Amino acid sequence: MKTFARYVGIYGALWKNSVAREMSFKSNFLLWILVELLWFGLQLSFISVLYLHTEHIGTWTKWQVVMLIGGSHFIQQIFQAFFLVNCTNLSELVRTGKLDFLLLLPVNTRFIVSLRQVDLGAFVNASSAVGLMVYAAHQLHLVPSLLQVLGFLALCVTGVAIHYCLMFLLASISFWTVRAQGIVWGYYNLFNIARMPDEAFRGLFKAVFTFALPMLLVSNVPVRLLADKLSSPAPVFLLLAMSVVCFCVSEWGWRASMRRYTSASS
Amino acid sequence: MGDTLGAKRSAMKKYWHVLNIGIQNNLTYRLNFLARAVFGLIPLVAILYVWQKIYSGNGAGSTVGTYSLAQMISYYLLTTVVDALTAVNEDDWQIAADIKDGNISQFLLKPIDYLWYRLCLFLSGRVTYLAVAATPLAIFILYLHQYFVLPPNWTAFGAFLISTALTALLQFFMSYTMAMLAFWVLEVSTFIFILFAFEYLASGHLFPLDILPHGLEQALFLTPFPYQLYFPVSIYMGKAVGMDLIRGLLIQGLWVIAAYGLARFAWRRGIKHYSAVGG
Repeated sequence: MKTFARYVGIYGALWKNSVAREMSFKSNFLLWILVELLWFGLQLSFISVLYLHTEHIGTWTKWQVVMLIGGSHFIQQIFQAFFLVNCTNLSELVRTGKLDFLLLLPVNTRFIVSLRQVDLGAFVNASSAVGLMVYAAHQLHLVPSLLQVLGFLALCVTGVAIHYCLMFLLASISFWTVRAQGIVWGYYNLFNIARMPDEAFRGLFKAVFTFALPMLLVSNVPVRLLADKLSSPAPVFLLLAMSVVCFCVSEWGWRASMRRYTSASS
Repeated sequence: MGDTLGAKRSAMKKYWHVLNIGIQNNLTYRLNFLARAVFGLIPLVAILYVWQKIYSGNGAGSTVGTYSLAQMISYYLLTTVVDALTAVNEDDWQIAADIKDGNISQFLLKPIDYLWYRLCLFLSGRVTYLAVAATPLAIFILYLHQYFVLPPNWTAFGAFLISTALTALLQFFMSYTMAMLAFWVLEVSTFIFILFAFEYLASGHLFPLDILPHGLEQALFLTPFPYQLYFPVSIYMGKAVGMDLIRGLLIQGLWVIAAYGLARFAWRRGIKHYSAVGG
């Protein structure tokens, strides 16, 4: 219990740091929010163009897909708020040897590496995603029960955890090769799959992105739960199981990578 | 006369060296390029799956706009090829960094023009990227080869090549101009991303522009964006012919000249600002 309180205290201090950092570049902070809003709008316009030419993608109607995009944006932004910068920075920490300082701190290294910075703008963007989802639910005449909302939030947390575990695993590759940033940013492409309706996919592609990199689960399952589109609870259990698998693999990868760390020479 | 020719030749040689060094530099990061090329195909495959589902839902033989399913897939394959040939990779970030870190000071002293220097590096980047990305791209296209159409005739193919070259220049000059903002603001990445968002939508990256409502499509053609991707692809697919083709190429050429002029103008203004700060 004491350790937990200590970690909460440390995390509070990290937050204070991040707020101070962001507020020293206010206009930049606002501009990044604008950029994210634009890209969010871009995804929506793509969907509305698709639905100019069709009524359904599988069983997904237009407003259900809008909800899916909102849900996946929400998950992505929460992931971004807590983890993204830290994952992409790992290769820099390794390259410059700054990781030494973090290793010396009397805290769990993975904790400090993963949560060092908080991206506050992402919370603003997450709220725009919530706004969109509420609007889409209104269009669908959908009033989810409290239980559904809570379940949705819990599954979102699971989805964020999966994104984090996989990206952290990729970032750990930087212990093997110096320039892992390309690989880490490559992961960004996978977010594009997460916001597509799962029924569009078949065969090997679907298998890979369900059972290896569960992109087709992370946002489809929570949104299905919210939009009454779950015919059986199986996908929920699959999502939960995959998050456990991802966490174990990522922790194993991290430990194996750390053993290789020799620090920078200078 | 002989003197100017000699001067020209040595100038050519100078930039030839830049091109060479650029290629060698880029080859160091070939794995990065490969990762980018392979990862980049994943969202494309996803989009193709979604279209397939839409077509099968609409019934056999259905079309979207004027596109059959095969033509739609062909469209995306072509955008991937044109994109590989013309997209600006990290040039804009590098130029902005050069300005911010003061690296451009040396170019003010050297008998080398920064814009041509960067253009050479851009071209070398494209050559390297193609060399690395060719394999995954070729496998991908071969896999979908039944959808990969040939251009209707040689004229279309020739015009496609010209238009693709113009596209590359337009992409580069626009990015160069954007990067010039680094003279005035500390962080240019937000501005680059904002422009990129508009490019992504209005250049036909996400979907062919002619499936949009007609008025909207017309409005987009008043901007330079369709000439950054959609136009060469539409030539290849035989959608721009006769007078439309000639007029389109002319407009594209005008955009290239305008972007070049703007790039030069921004550089001159920036340098004044730069020396004022550097003292």
